[in-house]
Amino acid sequence: MKERPLADVPRLVMVTLVVALAVQCSLRLARPGAGAEAHDLDAPPSSTTLRLAALGEPIPLAKLLMLHLQSFDFRADNPIHFQALDYGRLTAWLSRILALDPGGQYPLHAASRVYAETPDAAKTRLMLDFVDEEFLKDPEHRWVWLAHAASIAKHGLHDLELARRYAAAIQQHARGPQVPLWARQMQAFILEDMNELEAAQVMIGGFVASGQITEPGELRFLEERMKQIEARLKAEKQPSELGMPSASRQK
Amino acid sequence: MPFVIALARLTALEGLRARLPWLVMLVALAAFLLSQFLAEVSIIEASQISATVLAALLRIAAVFITANFVITSMTREANDKFTDLLLSQPVPRWAYFCGKLAGFLFIACCTGVALSLPLWLLQQQGLPAWTASLLGELAIVTALSLFCTLTFAGPVAAISAVTGFYVLARSIQALQYIAAASVANQPSLADQIMAGAVNLIALLLPALDRMTASAWLITPPDIAHLLSLALEVLVYLVLLSAASLFDLYRKSY
Repeated sequence: MKERPLADVPRLVMVTLVVALAVQCSLRLARPGAGAEAHDLDAPPSSTTLRLAALGEPIPLAKLLMLHLQSFDFRADNPIHFQALDYGRLTAWLSRILALDPGGQYPLHAASRVYAETPDAAKTRLMLDFVDEEFLKDPEHRWVWLAHAASIAKHGLHDLELARRYAAAIQQHARGPQVPLWARQMQAFILEDMNELEAAQVMIGGFVASGQITEPGELRFLEERMKQIEARLKAEKQPSELGMPSASRQK
Repeated sequence: MPFVIALARLTALEGLRARLPWLVMLVALAAFLLSQFLAEVSIIEASQISATVLAALLRIAAVFITANFVITSMTREANDKFTDLLLSQPVPRWAYFCGKLAGFLFIACCTGVALSLPLWLLQQQGLPAWTASLLGELAIVTALSLFCTLTFAGPVAAISAVTGFYVLARSIQALQYIAAASVANQPSLADQIMAGAVNLIALLLPALDRMTASAWLITPPDIAHLLSLALEVLVYLVLLSAASLFDLYRKSY
């Protein structure tokens, strides 16, 4: 279709267009800047509502929700990320997203590697509990996040008992061939750190005797570790025979 | 002015002849029954579930019906050469545009009010604010549909443009949040350009993400929020009308 020249447009129309555009932009700019505040995070809708909203496509919805969720309380001017975020609501969101896309790893990754790494120990524990709870629903595919949770419990929270509990859960529930031996052996080494030397010795001995370990280097490492534990046990027994309390008893 | 009123009346009559009232009633009834079904199967918060689901369904239905009616009506009129006939009359083009816009706005208003009736049965406290906001939203959709039909060749392009625009306007705040977070995380140049582009697009969009929220039925918005939305609707209507007139004056029939 042929167009008429620009001069045919009345001046009033052009002025109105420019002024209206300027006012529209000003109104938009006058609104608070983008960047979701922590208090903006509402409680998530019910699973039924989310399923309805997904229109039969729950996985893309879960992915979009995850991207949306991670933008809360995560701004450049925020010295400590997630400091004001309501972790109860956050956990509920992560749980709903995981229910929409059970095969997705993003919510557990975010929980164990992003949201758990906050200076607030109570919030960290909430995230670790969430990972632990969700791990049990699909241990073969989610063990890696619980292993990370165990690492945070040990090094971040210095709660060896919690770390041992997570490691024990991996050893007990994640038995597939894709689960590496180091993950299943975690409990033994945490027990060693806890000075539960006899238990650690029995566990490592069990691994060696089970025949699951075929790698010569791995076998050599475990045998070496057993010798070290044995030496420590002997060293502990000697002072106790002399009537002195051992390190593990003191603990 | 008589031409504007006559054209507005003609456009409104077309809505009646197209059996729009029946369609609206049918949609309202279906949405109401669905919400009642959901309320029946829910264990707690039955009234909240039925009200919010019904509100969300009615909002989408109202927008869909209004946009489609405007686009198909304008397209049919153009195909029948009725537009050419009207523009050949000794009236300015702005009179033609105002007549069509007034007629469509009347139909949008009737559609919005009729579709909010099922919610009045549920007696939610924030309903007046919700209904007023729905009417504002439908006014924007009407003006936008008119603009797209005048600008794009063919109804498919116009419907696609209106749908894309509506979805973008409803989700722009979420996109801004995500873009802002990515900039905060690893501020690479690409991130900054992307965030800037998203913010630029947001400047040109109406505040549909802040309008007609189902949550208002549970917690009504304050009057200041409603007034600011009314102002934004008014400004956007003027903007779309000016853009439509710009295109209409440049078209050679």
